[in-house]
Formats: sequence, C-alpha cells, structure tokens
Amino acid sequence: MTVSSLVVVGASLAGLRAVEAARKTGFEGRITLIGAEEHLPYDRPPLSKAFLYPDGGEPLEAPFFRSEETLADELGVELLLGTRATALDTERRSVTVGDREVGYDALVIATGGTLRTLPGTAHLAGVHGLRTLDDSIAVRRALDAGARTVVVGAGFIGSEVAAGATKEGVDVTIVEALPTPLVRAAGTAMGEAIAGLHARNGTRLMCGVGVESIEGDSDGTVERVVLTDGTILPADLVIVGIGVDPATGWLGGSGLTIDNGIVCDETLWTGVPGVYAAGDVASWINPMFETRQRMENWTAAAEQGAAAARNALDPANAEPYATVPYFWSDWYGVRIQFVGIPEADEVVVVDGDPATDDRWIALYRRGDRLVGALTMNGQTEIMKYRVQIMRRGSWVDALRFAAERRDRRVAV
Amino acid sequence: MKVVADFSKCTGLGICESLAPAFFEIDDSGDLVLLREEFTEDERQTIEDSVSGCPTEALRIER
Repeated sequence: MTVSSLVVVGASLAGLRAVEAARKTGFEGRITLIGAEEHLPYDRPPLSKAFLYPDGGEPLEAPFFRSEETLADELGVELLLGTRATALDTERRSVTVGDREVGYDALVIATGGTLRTLPGTAHLAGVHGLRTLDDSIAVRRALDAGARTVVVGAGFIGSEVAAGATKEGVDVTIVEALPTPLVRAAGTAMGEAIAGLHARNGTRLMCGVGVESIEGDSDGTVERVVLTDGTILPADLVIVGIGVDPATGWLGGSGLTIDNGIVCDETLWTGVPGVYAAGDVASWINPMFETRQRMENWTAAAEQGAAAARNALDPANAEPYATVPYFWSDWYGVRIQFVGIPEADEVVVVDGDPATDDRWIALYRRGDRLVGALTMNGQTEIMKYRVQIMRRGSWVDALRFAAERRDRRVAV
Repeated sequence: MKVVADFSKCTGLGICESLAPAFFEIDDSGDLVLLREEFTEDERQTIEDSVSGCPTEALRIER
C-alpha cells in the first residue's frame, strides 16, 4: 500500500528522529507526533548531568531539541502533546489520544520507559524519580534547599545524581539492594570497579540492603528511609533510581507481542502490518551479536527512531538495524564509557588499576571475539574498540592493540 | 563539501570517531581533533551519520 500518513507515538529522542528521518527520505504525507508530556521534545542525558548541576550554578535553559516552529513549519508535523495515547487498534489502524482517533498507514511506537517506583511512597513529598524535565527541575529545587539526600539504586542515573550532590557538598547516601551495582550494564567485576568511584570520592554506598519503608511526617513530607537491616537514614530528599519498565501498558489488546518491551524483528517491525517500534520500548534482534536486546541509551534511541521510520514508510525494502551499543556516564569528573555487550566469557583490565586509578580500560571476550570495552577517562581509546567490535574483530588482535596503546601512552 | 565542528558544543563523546575514524579522533584530554574536513560524495553517508549521531549536535556539513 502507499503510505500517506505516519503517526509517531512518543515525542522524545526516538520519536523526533523518526519524524526527521521520514522527511529526509522525502515523505510528504501527514505526520502526527503524539507525546504524553506537555513539553516539546527534549534531550534527557543533561537532566542528571549539566542541567541538574550547571557549571557555576547558573540555571541552564531546558534542553529542547527543536522549536515549535521548526517542528510545525519546517518538518510539517502535527503535534499532539500533553495527552498520552491510550489504545492502539491495529485492525482499524488507529491510535486513541484523549477523545481523538488518529488513523495511520505507518506507525512508529517510541513510548520509552516508565519509572519504577517504591510502593507506598506516592503520597510523600520529597520522593522523586528522575526521567523527565519536570523531575529534574523538582530535584534541583530540593537540592537547593540543602536536603539530606538518599539515593535508592546505584545505577547510572542514581550515581550521577549522587556524584553531583557530593560535589556540591550535599550529604548523600546511596542504597543498592543488590550486592553489586551495575551488573546488568557492565558485568559483576566491572560493576564493582566502577562503583568504587563513590567510596574514593566520599559518597557513602550501601550494597546488599533493601528499603524497608520510606516514612514521612504528619504533613506527608519525607523524613527517613528505613532499610531492611534496621538502619535509619534521615532524609529530606529521596531519589529513586531503580530503573524503568518499557511503556507498553497502553498496548493491551492491540495484538502486539509484549515481552520486556515490544517484540520486534531485526528491522524493528512488530509483525503487525505498518507497525514498528524504536527506543527504550523496543526489543529487537541485533544482528551485530545475533541476540535479542532492549536498549536504554541515547544512541540506540536516535538511530532506531530513524531506522523504524524509514522501514515503516517502505516495508518492502526494510533494512535490519545493527549496532554496537554505546553509553556514557559522568561521575566526579570521570567519564565512564562502554561499547558492546557485557555478557562475556572473560573480562580483562588491559590498562590502569580500577582500585586506585581514575583512568583504566577493560575488554570483554566472548569466544574468540572482542564483544565489549569499558573505559574510565579513556576517551581517546574507547571508540577504537567500538570500530573493532563493529568489524567483528578478534580477541587476540584487541589484546595486541591494547598493549601497543599502553606502551605508546607510557612512552609519551 | 566539508564537515565543521562547533567545539563549544562538543563534549568528546566520540560517536563520530567510531563512525568515521579517518575524520575524527578524540584525544587524550577528551577533545575532538578534526583529522580531515573535506569529504567526497562516497564519504557523504558516514559523515551524515556522524552529524546525526552526535548527541550534542556539534557537527554540521558545509557545502
């Protein structure tokens, strides 16, 4: 069929890139971009970094990607912001938004993730997640009030918030239920190595202990966090960073397959005519590692958004989306970068010592192939490994390359 | 055609280097070095991918 209308559900990075890619391919039909938040599409990485902790303390402008004029006039997009999509009818090819039915020929779903919350805390003031612009503004305001802060969850978001708070002299404690943080992102050994940055920079990190309850005063303002080992942490601000769930709740009865996200093939196709998915909500088969993955990072959202739109507009020529995943995080002035996948047979530190240095490199082996690389302050190294992984480089070559780079650095 | 970098926006995330290592390299201090600027029609796609892949929108193409 000829596609004359494209609907994109989700107005964050993946959704925006879907719209832009559609116009770049020359698509001249109707485009509708649906977003649950009131805001124009904005960039999320700064929300736990520079926007939350601006250099010199001067508030930054919100990181909007494009102006309303650019979206409406240059890109010719109908914006439906501030109302979330509540249902998808794949038979009638229609999305329900408020009291409207928006028909589509091609659909890209990029609804992202929904923050996990701690039960029994919804009524408490001072308990925040951090995913949206409004969240970041609220957390900034609480930090300005000099709050005693507890961060629940030692993942990347929680750790960035804690690192920034410590730098500002805020009293902060991180509580992590698992014995080792960041295992899913970087593997057990390296998760522990990265988390060592907290202790070295004076942030208290408690692992292997859960939150029993979060208690407030009679006004409903948070007062303390009670841990499963009986520890009581006084708190004016609690940041809950325990991950997200793919935002698929609105897709019940749609006929899409949901299993830790929207199940897609290599081309980001859901298996339902005209319907593709992108970003945090999409589970797809990554041909680079021949494995099913769901990414929660900037690069995948941007690239998948564009790829899903191109494929949705021309399904007969749909191309697989393959990538070497990449994410970064900034703590205490240290840049953490990871490329590839952390599921490995062996992880070797090839330069530096994680116990004492703020600069080190670890490589990940699966079979005889290099599949991942992790660097602390290794900005000049990391992408050389991403190139090797893209080219399906061997482990032996990677080790040889690492030794040469190390010798070169020492010589300099 | 040439690729132009806005060094005030670049934070050295390096995606460009991984896509077009002949053009971009991040140095030891985390700063972008433009190894080449002019590119050919054959190289256009990788440069366009680098431009769109930049999280800080620090790259653009000048015709």
